[in-house]
Amino acid sequence: MKYHEIIVVGAGLAGLRAAVETATEFDTAIITQVPPVRSHSGAAQGGVNAPMGNNPAGKDDSVEKHTYDTVKGSDFLADQDAAALMISEAAPCIYELEHWGCPFSRTPEGKIAQRPFGGAGYPRTCYAADKTGLYMLHTLWERSVALNVKTYEERFVTDLVVEDGKAVGVIALNMVTGEFEPYMAESIIFGTGGPGQVYGRSTNALISTGSGAYVAYRRGVPLKDMEFIQFHPTSLFGTNILMTEGARGEGGYLVNNKGERFMSKYAPTAMELGPRDIVSRSIQTEINEGRGFEGGYVHLDLRHLGREKILDRLPGIRDISINFAGVDPIDAPIPIQPGQHYAMGGISTDMNGATNIKGFYAAGECACVSVHGANRLGGNSLLDTVVFGKLSGKHVKGFMKGKTERKKGEAAIMKALEEQERAREELLSKNGTENHAAIRDEMKETMILKVGIFREEKLMQEALAKIIELKERYKNIRVMNKGRKYNLDYLRAYELWGMLELAHVIALGAIERKESRGSHSRRDFPKRDDEKYMKHTIATYTPSGPKISYSDVVITKYQPVERKY
Amino acid sequence: MAIATKSVKLKIQKYDPEIDAEPYWREYTIQAKPGMTMLEALFEVLNKVDGSLSFRFCCRGAVCGACAMMINGKIRLACETQVSAMLEKREPILVSPLPHKKVVKDLVVDMDPFFQQMVSIKPFLVAKEPYPEKEIIQSEKERAKLTEPIDCILCGSCSSACTIAWWDPNYLGPATLEKVYRFVVDSRDSIRDERLDMVDTEDGVWRCHTIFNCVDVCPKKINQTDAIQYLKRQLVKKKLGFS
Repeated sequence: MKYHEIIVVGAGLAGLRAAVETATEFDTAIITQVPPVRSHSGAAQGGVNAPMGNNPAGKDDSVEKHTYDTVKGSDFLADQDAAALMISEAAPCIYELEHWGCPFSRTPEGKIAQRPFGGAGYPRTCYAADKTGLYMLHTLWERSVALNVKTYEERFVTDLVVEDGKAVGVIALNMVTGEFEPYMAESIIFGTGGPGQVYGRSTNALISTGSGAYVAYRRGVPLKDMEFIQFHPTSLFGTNILMTEGARGEGGYLVNNKGERFMSKYAPTAMELGPRDIVSRSIQTEINEGRGFEGGYVHLDLRHLGREKILDRLPGIRDISINFAGVDPIDAPIPIQPGQHYAMGGISTDMNGATNIKGFYAAGECACVSVHGANRLGGNSLLDTVVFGKLSGKHVKGFMKGKTERKKGEAAIMKALEEQERAREELLSKNGTENHAAIRDEMKETMILKVGIFREEKLMQEALAKIIELKERYKNIRVMNKGRKYNLDYLRAYELWGMLELAHVIALGAIERKESRGSHSRRDFPKRDDEKYMKHTIATYTPSGPKISYSDVVITKYQPVERKY
Repeated sequence: MAIATKSVKLKIQKYDPEIDAEPYWREYTIQAKPGMTMLEALFEVLNKVDGSLSFRFCCRGAVCGACAMMINGKIRLACETQVSAMLEKREPILVSPLPHKKVVKDLVVDMDPFFQQMVSIKPFLVAKEPYPEKEIIQSEKERAKLTEPIDCILCGSCSSACTIAWWDPNYLGPATLEKVYRFVVDSRDSIRDERLDMVDTEDGVWRCHTIFNCVDVCPKKINQTDAIQYLKRQLVKKKLGFS
């Protein structure tokens, strides 16, 4: 059995940052489904927020102001102590990345360049052209190489082994050999990413299935605030590839089929740079009321920025527009529609990334501290990954120093290994009549249409009934490929079950929250209800479906007010 | 509203080295929607026709580098290649793995040697310590030198297309040398000489015969050959005592 003192699952920004933190003192290994540089963090474009004031228009920015914007953006559901902590760590974490080589764009003085982003009072989004996530990801991977972090690639973690309330190991499927492998560790950190693929019209990578969150949930770790799903205002019509908020930060317009900059109706002051939930709803309203274009989209117009600025600041957006939509934004507006983009919710953690299981931590999109509450601000997710990746790593180092027992849980790990092997045999032997890819498509369609941007009881009840039906039909699927080696048919069937479980949690949480807050916008309950729902939703696994309860939101100094932009 | 689909034929190279004596082609017919990419076409095959097909994928937005493969005789990223564009060239559309790499199964190749070379050249910035409290100052002009090399997504297309790399497995290859270049031209780096010495070998920059295959296939339009010649020039200058 392979043993490392610390095992990090997932090699996106959160996982890598955690590993880089612990690897200086402890034997650290990463287990990941794809090589680190393939991780979904690399698709992040616009930037990462910190109140540095490098842009002349941001000279009065401060930790306090960034914290307030984050809390207000969250529709007051973020834990205010956690948001303040994240932002106080922001600048040091970004300087650190810069020292490790991250090629940020520069101001004329040679400092890290910052651009305006939605829901922010000042231009505080540090950027590297429009590929900030890619460059940050490569930088952290490079740092992990410098520190000789051991990486196990193309391993799909299927179980977290817990013994007496303590995490002792994980089971991973080696995708290449088809063998399940047992891993033992003193502490385990998940940085496994979000569940975007549960939805249709997602900007997320195909591997963003929420598999890590499911594994933790299945083993008794609660999921928090899962009904809060962010819809990014601008995903490319057709493929739903992300078109960064930076395009609007640089001055891009949103225009309907009448040629109107319609944001003036919805956010007269902030215009295109309102927070994402509001801009997405505005676009969807235009489309629903017949002011979109055929098929359901509006235009993101960059033409007035001019060729030079587009080539300098938004080269990736231009390439994607040309290659995937046949549109050169220098000459023509880009067709866009809102698309599923981010899960504010996730594995419930405290400010150190710690969970209810000793030695088990989570950071990044798979986790929910919560700093994003009901709506995340653009540029705060990359920040979340590096800050809480680092803080989780730091806390684990402290935990390790206090840990006296070592190498425990071998029997439990071997038992879990056998269980996984048995479950695989059972799944492979399935010769039913249902196509699991079709079930996946139905789930995705149901979630985007019925638990989407605008929600209401009737539609969500239909969605819930559908998910329960799909879970039932899943029992009758067929796996065509009975082999072991690089068996995508099996893997896709396997991960679908976890996705259905997460869809169930999302739909149920959304039904139970009878108010509108941030991204959760109900036509039947259009107002925020602080008296009843100023609370985090907590979902706990039971074999018959999720059990929903609530926990308190931490309020330090900002009392909830109505959001206006 | 039903979307008009069209019958499309694909021929995909299949091979499991543990089972098959040699690679073979298998033909598939799928229903293609307008705008369908080659990666989506592979999923159509996997989901509806042949559950045994193996291929790599991740971002489906041309940024992760997972799905480089040979399509209709040229190395491309499957996710950014339109089925319709390939049909204009030939049908059935031919799909095979990255050439001259060991096949793991079907379209999945062994990328370990590629990454082993990559990590052998210190692919990380070594800035002078102690670091400043804030950022290391870098001018816009200095930063502009990084714009091209940092776009590399490590998809392996260039190393797969390089005929020198085919017969000399020890040749560092275009992607690795591009990475060296990325740090050599970074104003913040402090081990420029060491980096140049690292590639001043038979299997380093001198092995490049300027064939430009790497440039032809790079999905990010990076000019690796140019970067390699830059490194050669710096080495010459260094030896002559000009730098």
